[in-house]
Amino acid sequence: MSVRIRFDGAELNGRDGQTIAGVLLGAGRRSWRTAAGAERGVFCGIGICQDCIVTVNGVEGVRACQRTACDGDLVEREGR
Amino acid sequence: MTARRVVVLGAGPAGLAAAQAALALDADVVVLDENERVGGQFWRHHEHLTDRRMQHQWSRHERLRGTLSRATVHTQASVWRVDTEHGIRVHALVGPADAAGRTGLTIEADALVIATGAHDRALPVPGWTLPGVTTAGAAQALAKRDGVTLGRRTVVAGAGPFLLPVAASIVLARGAVAEVVEAAGLAAISRGWGRAPWQLAGVAGKAAELGEYAGSLLRHRTPYRTGQAVTRIHGRDAVEAVTVQRVDAAWRPIAGTERTVECDSVALGHGFTPRLEAAIQAGCAVSGDRFVVVDERQATTAASVFAAGEVTGIAGADAALAEGAVAGFAAAGGELDDERIRSALRARRRMHAFAERLATHAIRPGWTHWLDDDTIVCRCESVTRARLAEYADASSRGLRLATRAGLGACQGRTCGPSVEALVASSVGFDRRPILSSIRIGELADLHQTEHKEQQ
Repeated sequence: MSVRIRFDGAELNGRDGQTIAGVLLGAGRRSWRTAAGAERGVFCGIGICQDCIVTVNGVEGVRACQRTACDGDLVEREGR
Repeated sequence: MTARRVVVLGAGPAGLAAAQAALALDADVVVLDENERVGGQFWRHHEHLTDRRMQHQWSRHERLRGTLSRATVHTQASVWRVDTEHGIRVHALVGPADAAGRTGLTIEADALVIATGAHDRALPVPGWTLPGVTTAGAAQALAKRDGVTLGRRTVVAGAGPFLLPVAASIVLARGAVAEVVEAAGLAAISRGWGRAPWQLAGVAGKAAELGEYAGSLLRHRTPYRTGQAVTRIHGRDAVEAVTVQRVDAAWRPIAGTERTVECDSVALGHGFTPRLEAAIQAGCAVSGDRFVVVDERQATTAASVFAAGEVTGIAGADAALAEGAVAGFAAAGGELDDERIRSALRARRRMHAFAERLATHAIRPGWTHWLDDDTIVCRCESVTRARLAEYADASSRGLRLATRAGLGACQGRTCGPSVEALVASSVGFDRRPILSSIRIGELADLHQTEHKEQQ
């Protein structure tokens, strides 16, 4: 069983049940946000640090390490 | 007579054991946990993705989970407020992580068990914001929950026995571990643990588990370096290498001992920070070293509020299981001279003796010497060491407002203790009026619902 999400104009395949961070990492992506001009990705992996937040289907501030990916999710970068 | 309602915050080892013990006394038990499945960090899993070899005491987890059929369990429940002024009320939002429009839930309790656990403490290191650097717990969680690694070749660095299962999980997830780098020196480890960490008298299960990790390191010829630290992480857009350096007993780096280790990922774990905010909001006293104060019944200083597991002291899953059982039993009205709780009391004593050995790996103050002036300390707001130094003498409020340290999305959970070490004073980051992320729209909706109910 697989799950497919859209990120940076690409379709990424993950395993069913993986978090958004799991799908991104499995597809070789290690950063999906910028902070003070620098790339950031997952850091604490358990929902504490908020470093991995992305916009999912138009909703901002979603922790990629905590949210299970759903087929068809549109995942967008955030930056500040 | 209606049953006594015991609400348990957190479904890790401590919370699950508390629920089981309270159910044994026929309490009406409600368990709240933010994750999709119970188990906490120790038993973090996914039914199809988790490699069972990464799980320890899994049958214990299955037994505990089995007893929950008589409890009310709310997973994906973010507790955002605990009121204890007029009886105990717990407020949560239930739904997918950070979704908009989750459902509000308010539960009244006769007794509360706080088993909110701990998260990794990772000390700042130059380069630690590069993609490919995570906490040790993240490497572990991603391997267990998602079956992925951060890269192909990871350096696991920090302090304490937890580094060993992290390295083992990375290998099981088909990553390679370049080195395990432990800051405590061999002399200190020998004094603290006896000849080797896995030769522990009295805690056979723990000894076998540590022995298994040591065996995994040996099989994969992974070096275990003691008295050394990762003092710099190199890379342009992502991790390319680290500097590993000898440190003295105070963890101060020793010049001239630097060597470079090539890697594409780094897992940092220098210990754990208890998740205190719910306990502080409930009015529980916290000790000088920032743990919830409990008596032998695991009762806190707040009426009818109990605490168990890592919030009361970092001691590992076995101690959490024993403390949780005592807390749940007492919260449901049980007395400690009851023979049904005797074995948990014995296990708690034994595991506390084990926990004392963890002091061997406690953070020493010399780590601040491996920072550069421009090293980011507060990751959310990109606040550097130099910027913090400028305001080291300011009031806690002044420091936060001027630098924004601790005011970002994580609310000082990641940088708090490090900022306090650098400015040499208590800033009070762990007093948080709202316990978890909540959208302003969700808060407004809750207010409207409550208003309607009152009319």
